[in-house]
Amino acid sequence: MKTIKFLLVGIFFGIVLVKSEAVSWYRIFEMFKFQSFHMYGIIGSAVIIGVISIWLIKRTRVKSIEGHEIELPPKEKSIVRYILGGTIFGFGWALAGACPGPMYILVGTGVLTMLLVIAGAVLGTFAYGLIKDKLPH
Amino acid sequence: MEYLLQPWPWYVSGPLIALTMVLLIYFGKTFGMSSNLRTLCAIGGAGKFSEFFKFDWKGERWNLTIVLGAVIGGFIAVTFLSDGSVIALNPQTVSDLGVLGFSDAGNTLLPPEIYSWESALSAAGLVILIGGGFLVGFGTRYAGGCTSGHAITGLSNLQWPSLVAVVGFFIGGLIMTHYLLPIIFGS
Repeated sequence: MKTIKFLLVGIFFGIVLVKSEAVSWYRIFEMFKFQSFHMYGIIGSAVIIGVISIWLIKRTRVKSIEGHEIELPPKEKSIVRYILGGTIFGFGWALAGACPGPMYILVGTGVLTMLLVIAGAVLGTFAYGLIKDKLPH
Repeated sequence: MEYLLQPWPWYVSGPLIALTMVLLIYFGKTFGMSSNLRTLCAIGGAGKFSEFFKFDWKGERWNLTIVLGAVIGGFIAVTFLSDGSVIALNPQTVSDLGVLGFSDAGNTLLPPEIYSWESALSAAGLVILIGGGFLVGFGTRYAGGCTSGHAITGLSNLQWPSLVAVVGFFIGGLIMTHYLLPIIFGS
């Protein structure tokens, strides 16, 4: 059960992202063109439900499945790394039309050329690890 | 069943994505797909080159399990839960894409002009796919998260660094879509 629950969450996530069309290159293009509410509706409703859920989790001090306190790690305070890193990510997101979740999901839909994007993403992560100390954070 | 096979509307999909995040929090983890890229580097021996990849990746196997599930989920969705509907894009989007050389936009999940083997293995295609992936991989680690970690989890937890990152995602995405894609696909 320990591992299987993560497998099931992954399967669920994969189905939702395909059926929502959020894995579609075309939907990402349309979003950045501001020509449809679809993607904004998905992200917006996810965040609204997310805000309420996390507020309830904190308020009720519900324990995790293993009985531990639930903690959400805070993000490091900075502007530079989020703006620069975020912008670089945005370039890739709009070009390849896939972010790190959909990349894997799309392989499952039968688009094997997506493996090239995944290879690029692993290389990019590796390159960041090599030069991170030289970058402004 | 009919509703299951049609594309799901945003007001169903969005809350289900939030549910994914809540389940992972309840399981004592977080919702962050890009972390897997760092884990893959560590498994591949990148720890020899940078301290950044020296960590016990075996503790991250749960997240790789989600990746495996996501691949299976993608397969299930197109094989058993699809009625072959085209993507109901804005007609203006379809027309804008036509100008860029993308025909029949929305008939498939991804444009064959980029993702067919023929396009992918051309010189330009390789640069687009590997380069696009590289930017995603580099940017996400620099920004400390991707769409799941920042746009969904970070914003849900009202963390302002995530809002800054999402602003960055849009700066990059808007520049690419409005200025660079027209150059790359040379209209």
